[in-house]
Amino acid sequence: MEIKTDDYHIIFDKPSATVICKGSLLLSGTEEYAPILDLLNQAAEQQAEQLVLDLRPLEFLNSSGINTLTKFVINVRNRQTLQLTGMGYEEIPWQVRLLKNLKRLMPDLQLNLE
Amino acid sequence: MGLVTTDNPLTELLHVMIEVFGNYINEFPENSEYLVVGFSPTSIPLKRRWRNNGLSADFIADYLQTFFVTEDQAISQKQIQVKKNAVKYIANELLENAMKFSDEAVHYSTRIAFHLHSDSLIFHVTNSINPENAKKLKAFIEKIEREDPHDLYFLQMEANANEGSQGHSGLGFLSMICDYEAKLGWRFEVLELHNQNMTTVTTMVYLSL
Repeated sequence: MEIKTDDYHIIFDKPSATVICKGSLLLSGTEEYAPILDLLNQAAEQQAEQLVLDLRPLEFLNSSGINTLTKFVINVRNRQTLQLTGMGYEEIPWQVRLLKNLKRLMPDLQLNLE
Repeated sequence: MGLVTTDNPLTELLHVMIEVFGNYINEFPENSEYLVVGFSPTSIPLKRRWRNNGLSADFIADYLQTFFVTEDQAISQKQIQVKKNAVKYIANELLENAMKFSDEAVHYSTRIAFHLHSDSLIFHVTNSINPENAKKLKAFIEKIEREDPHDLYFLQMEANANEGSQGHSGLGFLSMICDYEAKLGWRFEVLELHNQNMTTVTTMVYLSL
């Protein structure tokens, strides 16, 4: 499962149970982000135990994108069945802040900061 | 998109009312560097223009990078990237808001200006706004002045997830305050042109560098 455009590429790699977000996400709101949120939610539904959200190759995310990831994390939190891990680079402050904000929403979120 | 002067070309405009909220700053030292970019209202649909927000934000961040480098040669590449990301994030959010909330019923150019100081960067974005959206924005501003922005930020995230809300959640403003430690201010102006009133809002963001 993947969504690919000139600006971004979202891939659900089932064998590694990982959703990889690449590029720049600058879409204009809930409607435009809906396919990405659907992909994330479907990935979560297909995984019984764990899922990794790899944000390392993500270069940029606007506030509507933050909102989308927030909705996804709250959805996983409310299902209470899946162990979610967020990956980011320690040296990119916005990735660290984003993952820490997501962890505040979902205390069980594992952070993997490289 | 084009470079414009800071003077408003609509000299026939009369100020009817001015209201200022938050930490609004409008005075600058004469020797500060500044850049002003204007966007004329056109018939190009918002969807097609949307991509320009990211491109303009990139341009602004790249432009300002020159000054980050010359002011302190010792600054590391990593610190430059951090500053560029902050500038791009804020410029993009401000442009997105201006495009979303400009009042299409009036012909008024959106303008984004940056003043660069040795330790800070100040953004001003001016756009038209319809009275209903102006009222909602003022209510939101009063809320962030009354309550803790960090609490509001997380409450808003939960609310958005529950309701699937499409409206103006203010998440962009809250992220500027909470994630980038920016200070925000607003100036609403009601202007009169040929016996018709229109409202403009200038959003100011102060970012410590």
